[in-house]
Amino acid sequence: MGLEDLSHNFITGNLETLVKWARRNSVWPATFGLACCAIEMMATGAANYDLARFGMEVFRASPRQADLMIVAGRLSQKMAPVLRQVYDQMMEPKWVISMGVCASSGGMFNNYALVQGVDQVVPVDIYVPGCPPGPQTLMHGIITLHELIRTGEIMQRRQSSGAGAGLTLEGAGR
Amino acid sequence: MTVHETFEGGQEMKGRDDTGLKELAREKGAVLRLPEGVTVDPADVDVEVGEDETMIINMGPQHPSTHGVLRVMLELDGETVLRSKPVIGYLHTGMEKNQEELMYIQGSTNVTRMDYLSPIFNETVFSVAVETLLDVQVPDRATWIRMLMMELNRVASHLLFMATNGMDVGAISMMLYGWREREIILSFFEKVTGLRMNHNYVRPGGVAADLPEGWQDDVLDICDAIPPRLAEYDDLLTGQPIFRERTEQVGVITADQALALGATGPILRAAGVPWDLRKDMPYMFYDQLEFDVVVGTYGDAFDRYAVRLNEMRESINMIRQIVDLVPAGDYRVQDKKVTPPPRARIDESMEALIHHFKLFTEGFKVPTGEVYVAIEQPRGELGAYLVSDGSAKPYRFHMRDPSFVNLQCLPVMLRGGFVADAVAVISSIDPIMGGVDR
Amino acid sequence: MSDSTVEQTETETAAETEPETAAATPGQHVLHATRESYLDVVKGLQDEGYDMLVDLCAVDYLSHPGRVLPNGVEPERFEVVVNLLSRPLRKRVRVRVQVPDADPTLPSLFDLWPGTEAMEREAFDLMGIVFTDHPDLTRILMPEDWEGHPLRKDYGVGRVPVQFKAAPSTR
Repeated sequence: MGLEDLSHNFITGNLETLVKWARRNSVWPATFGLACCAIEMMATGAANYDLARFGMEVFRASPRQADLMIVAGRLSQKMAPVLRQVYDQMMEPKWVISMGVCASSGGMFNNYALVQGVDQVVPVDIYVPGCPPGPQTLMHGIITLHELIRTGEIMQRRQSSGAGAGLTLEGAGR
Repeated sequence: MTVHETFEGGQEMKGRDDTGLKELAREKGAVLRLPEGVTVDPADVDVEVGEDETMIINMGPQHPSTHGVLRVMLELDGETVLRSKPVIGYLHTGMEKNQEELMYIQGSTNVTRMDYLSPIFNETVFSVAVETLLDVQVPDRATWIRMLMMELNRVASHLLFMATNGMDVGAISMMLYGWREREIILSFFEKVTGLRMNHNYVRPGGVAADLPEGWQDDVLDICDAIPPRLAEYDDLLTGQPIFRERTEQVGVITADQALALGATGPILRAAGVPWDLRKDMPYMFYDQLEFDVVVGTYGDAFDRYAVRLNEMRESINMIRQIVDLVPAGDYRVQDKKVTPPPRARIDESMEALIHHFKLFTEGFKVPTGEVYVAIEQPRGELGAYLVSDGSAKPYRFHMRDPSFVNLQCLPVMLRGGFVADAVAVISSIDPIMGGVDR
Repeated sequence: MSDSTVEQTETETAAETEPETAAATPGQHVLHATRESYLDVVKGLQDEGYDMLVDLCAVDYLSHPGRVLPNGVEPERFEVVVNLLSRPLRKRVRVRVQVPDADPTLPSLFDLWPGTEAMEREAFDLMGIVFTDHPDLTRILMPEDWEGHPLRKDYGVGRVPVQFKAAPSTR
């Protein structure tokens, strides 16, 4: 069968590009609101900033249906195992945005109660600075993540991109 | 992989045999030592339901409708809640410990992040506590600016309640509307303080900066923009049969129970107790404003919604009055002890530079003493207990957060209701976990 | 209310009006109770019309021993502070109790106000004050297996040293 039989326009490309295009344009975040940043994350999803423009308005309550975990807020020692469990329940491919300084590094709360950076618990792809980051900052982080997905590998993403602070995922995605 | 292995163990809900009688009664929603006739009989919840027929389920801490990281354990008989127990601490940030490490001049930065939906209130109560110990009289303009910002903040906080409450009972469009209106106020906050949240605007001695040029027009625009939208909410929710079905007679708490549990704010007022610190124990210049305390009748989730909706209207009225009443003058106290010299003076005066440097590196010392200050926050009484040992850092700072105390009403409200209503009830308490766990 | 409670309340009020002490607690009504009289004093106040217990917290005075106390009040390491509010009287009162380090126990107020449940658990969790007769004295904010009581003065902030090193250049 030759292509000349088709009556419509068509585009050729390799499968990898197509997969990455599809992944990039429908990243569904899991709701993982912890603190102040969660309010700004919800504000980003609401009408004024409209995360739907990036195909991301569907915040999934179930980690099984989510591709992206936006860790929005400070992570306490008590919450850390829960975060890890939710992350483990997410299907590959999955990404993590660490939103705000508390999630990224502990921020201004360098004390007994807080995990000093969620990258001690889960591998992080994008760090969004700010306390809390405004919706524009979060959107910039999201667009950066989209770019990462567009240009990254689809099969061996972690090893090739160096994302995840050098952590390997043994037994993840069970 | 550094996963901290923890378990919650005893904090979780135990089987009925392992639970003490008092605690069991509490989880069943009984509030002890009430007048005769009001006391809940613990036996009437689970008559003839054996423990092998019930199920203990866990809700949260990662759950879309628990407002952050609240975890609730429920014992269910089919769809009916027999007993429940909120488990908190998943957002414990150690802020009270941090506060002891920060100078008074830095303190607002920390407290503003406690209850992150009402940052101005947190800063104000901290600043007033420090000023009381310092015996500093804040200029009238600063106090009026604080009141203006607080009432705007109250509206913003209640708008967020409207949004999340609507979403929790299934009115998704309400979620978008609430956020849309909140952005109007946030943009004014951004203009005044430079930040959308966590402002660090109110500081001991006054406020960080004067209101910008033309603020009256901005505020009046907000006052014109919000009330028509509130009328829209009335159309959308108040008269809507589905919303009323989901909230009326759901999560009922009586006035006596609310008082015994220490509940304040809209929960107490919805139960019919007209208690508002702004009216009953006026602080700042609230005695110069005309406003009504909104009171409910039945103490159910719908009343709490209605109280908050109408409190926004009252707050808008108060803001209109405040705009006319803000006097000219200083926005922070001209006391060299607590206030840095103006920026222009630093360029020309060595003493001013030294003074500025000393103030921000060493801070100011606060006389020995202890004080408790309380103000009315959107969720109830926000109290600050401050102990000073005469140094530049607080010796102990304790925040009495209304969400923390109000959350104890949960077992009472959930008792005997459906598990599907649990979401509406949690939402109607409007707990902010940042304030609960601190 | 027993007569002895009234008498005690009044004497404590008198102690509060000493000028030196009053300066340390500006314009506020403070009572000092002993551990033995604690329940009676609070019960007496409840009967007087203080119908709300708004706050209960603990303070560790380990590194601030020279605080101002009225005559006759022996300073101890811990202090439990109870804030009561009377709606009819429009008044607040604060009850302070000294709790020794060797035996940090205090009777629970749960039977008077069930709303103290969470507050006393918080004081137990963060400061290690044991409230006898509390229905469920477990940790409330920290994980169950946490060691120590973080708000005590001899408990470190738990600061993690921050490393500053040159980040690998991206350009």
